[in-house]
Amino acid sequence: MSPTAKSSGAAKAGAKPKLAIFGAASCGGCDIAIVNIHEHIVEVAAAFDIVLWPTIMDGKYADIEAMDDGEITITLVSGSMRTDETVHLARLLRRKSKFMVAFGSCASEGCIPGLANLSSRKQIIDTAFSTTSTDNPDGIRPVWEYQAPEGVLHLPEFEPMLRTLDQVVEVDYTIPGCPPESKQIWAALQAVVAALNGTGPLPPRGAVLGAGESTVCDECARKRDVKKIDRFVRIQQIAQFDPEICLLEQGLPCNGPATRDGCGALCPAVGAPCIGCYGAAPGVVDYGARLISAYASVVEAQKPDDIDKVLDGIVDPAGQFYRFSLAGSLLRSSKAAWNTDGEK
Amino acid sequence: MERITIDPVTRLEGHGKIEIFLDPDGEVANAYFQIPELRGFERFCVGRPVEEMPTLTNRICGVCPEAHHMAAAKAGDAVYHVDPPRTAKLLRELLYSAFYVTDHTTHFYALGGPDFVVGPDAPAAERNILGVLAKVGMEVGGKVIQARKQGHNVVEMIGGRKIHPATAVPGGMTQGITEEQRAEIEKIGRWSIEFAQFSLGIFDQIVLGNDAYKEMVLSDGYTHRTYYMGLVDPNKKVNFYDGQVSIMSPDGERVGTYAPAEYRDWIAEHVEPWTYLKFPYLKKVGWKGFVDGADSGVYCATPLSRLNTAEGMATPLAQAAYERFYDTLAPKPEPGGKRLIHHRLATHWARLVELLYAAERMVELATDPEITSPNVRIVPTEKPTEGVGTVEAPRGTLTHHYVTDERGVLTSVNLLVGTTNNYAPMAMSVKKAAESLIHKGVVVHQGLLNRVEMAFRLYDPCFGCATHSLPGEMPLQVAIRNADGEVIEVLSQNC
Repeated sequence: MSPTAKSSGAAKAGAKPKLAIFGAASCGGCDIAIVNIHEHIVEVAAAFDIVLWPTIMDGKYADIEAMDDGEITITLVSGSMRTDETVHLARLLRRKSKFMVAFGSCASEGCIPGLANLSSRKQIIDTAFSTTSTDNPDGIRPVWEYQAPEGVLHLPEFEPMLRTLDQVVEVDYTIPGCPPESKQIWAALQAVVAALNGTGPLPPRGAVLGAGESTVCDECARKRDVKKIDRFVRIQQIAQFDPEICLLEQGLPCNGPATRDGCGALCPAVGAPCIGCYGAAPGVVDYGARLISAYASVVEAQKPDDIDKVLDGIVDPAGQFYRFSLAGSLLRSSKAAWNTDGEK
Repeated sequence: MERITIDPVTRLEGHGKIEIFLDPDGEVANAYFQIPELRGFERFCVGRPVEEMPTLTNRICGVCPEAHHMAAAKAGDAVYHVDPPRTAKLLRELLYSAFYVTDHTTHFYALGGPDFVVGPDAPAAERNILGVLAKVGMEVGGKVIQARKQGHNVVEMIGGRKIHPATAVPGGMTQGITEEQRAEIEKIGRWSIEFAQFSLGIFDQIVLGNDAYKEMVLSDGYTHRTYYMGLVDPNKKVNFYDGQVSIMSPDGERVGTYAPAEYRDWIAEHVEPWTYLKFPYLKKVGWKGFVDGADSGVYCATPLSRLNTAEGMATPLAQAAYERFYDTLAPKPEPGGKRLIHHRLATHWARLVELLYAAERMVELATDPEITSPNVRIVPTEKPTEGVGTVEAPRGTLTHHYVTDERGVLTSVNLLVGTTNNYAPMAMSVKKAAESLIHKGVVVHQGLLNRVEMAFRLYDPCFGCATHSLPGEMPLQVAIRNADGEVIEVLSQNC
């Protein structure tokens, strides 16, 4: 955190390990979640030489470029890969870092902005620049190279598809959540420090840090009594759900059964369904498929037609089953986005 | 043509870029402030159920998800034609007031404060939160951390989570609060009132007690006469959660006050091909380019704008602070009859007046006899159609506009977000700073960078809302290009 915490060329003997924290296309919530470890932030600053954290302190990409490959011990990347510029910076940081961490939902699975992959790039840009309050009779769109009267102006290219960090570079660890809970961030950072000090084991490559090994249902206080449902309801249709009983068993589509634990089941605790922000539970190959099978198991109906009728109660299957995970899923995107741009 | 590129490298990295072109005489020909990113919420929210919007649009901005959560819930109420129970509205406003205390505190002490508290001429390395703490003492630092922590705790108590709350839905809230939580929130509110008064005291002592700072606040370089926008209650007092949008002319005349649903009669968005962000302007005045004055539709939506637009504050201590603000900086009314402050650096002071109001409002709401009522939801019975939800985000008036099919699935989404309102004014502030500091090809290096940085910071730009970046210090890199477009010089600060 010291203003002088800048790169000092090659690592000196006994020098602190270097830490970089970088936000690609993100909302900033991951950075706020890190700041919300509050007083522990001082301990992080003591344990690491923070070479880059754009949100909080000054850093310079030229310094990063000047570093030796692998000189940064650990880099946390939040946000998704949305433009050619973010992809470039992710590749640069990968080269310079020993360990690369996909931090939060955007980097690890695409998050809500990954739903952009249901549309083509052209549809996304056309929509943004023709909304109901937009005054744009000439149909102007941003261009990546624009000849202004005084000279050429450049914008980063909006890529046809939003990508997760591991679709662009190799990722060593993942810290899930939208955003990751601050106490989990602190626990993960402590584990990393212990590993670096030799007082704890180095997590195996590919490990998910700062989360549990089960599902949100397992840490949810609501009771399940394997009750079957004959219809799904929407949250605005019921004035009050039973505060003790599983929301899914009350007919509210809850993502708990497919979602990794670690958040503390915060949403169901306040009467809101799990929306799945901690990503797929361990062993789940496809988040949506797991959730569909979980829903099917609580549906009362036996005949396929009746099951269909119950599932019709889910008005937005793509969003319900891939709300946070679309870009990182087996599906990745819709045909519209794959179709080079939808510009054909 | 010479060209100067200001490329923010750290806290707005990749999220804001300024190009300044010089003419053959070395004078500023034009300045472009570019936002180089888009995420596309208006497209990919189509097809989603409207009740999910409070959680989906949280992800527009992790700094102010509370604002999007509330605007989305209110737009959802409107889509279903429901008026939530009184307690639900009180709870939403209570969460929102606690959020304002946290957000304004963070801005004053960590982001904007360094310019004043540490001083604009201090070395860049000291003009940060650490420099502020060195000047005001660690005890104050502890209070700042406490204010942030407590604010997020209140957000979690009512919203279920500290970041990206979960409880506001069309028709109200998923659940209420207990008496124990209420008492805790009241306590935090009372502490926040004292903290806000203390912060105004610091401003008095350090800024108003220093003639050089005062002169800077009043200087022409930081003065713009534009229209102002803000949400007001029925008494024309500042309100963050609900009310009508009011517009004040640069000459102190109230142009109009409208229901949020009528926003399209008042605001339109201009498009330029060199940026991913649009420029909102007042439709009735028209887009005349990046210029000040009553003939230009450019308006500003900030703490200063809200105070300029309103007739005062709805709580007693904040009202006294409001009076003092105008007595000090604008003792005489404009021709239109209203006292206005056009000095943009006064936005920092206005923010502290609002901090005090937010804290007082927290206590009012936490001591309302109905705040712990379990009656927090009404089930919609009408067919969902179309709705607009507006709140006053810390960085400007925020509007969500949804159209749905008969199942309440979105068919159209329009978002006018806080920082975006100020995009044109920010671009103008940049040009003004450049024009005053670049002559005959000679650039006052440090002066230009400082000026641009300070001009930006007072708006508290949060491109998380507009695109995705964070409010913060404005690290700058400036490339100066000659009339042939070649880079002749690169300057940088904080990067």
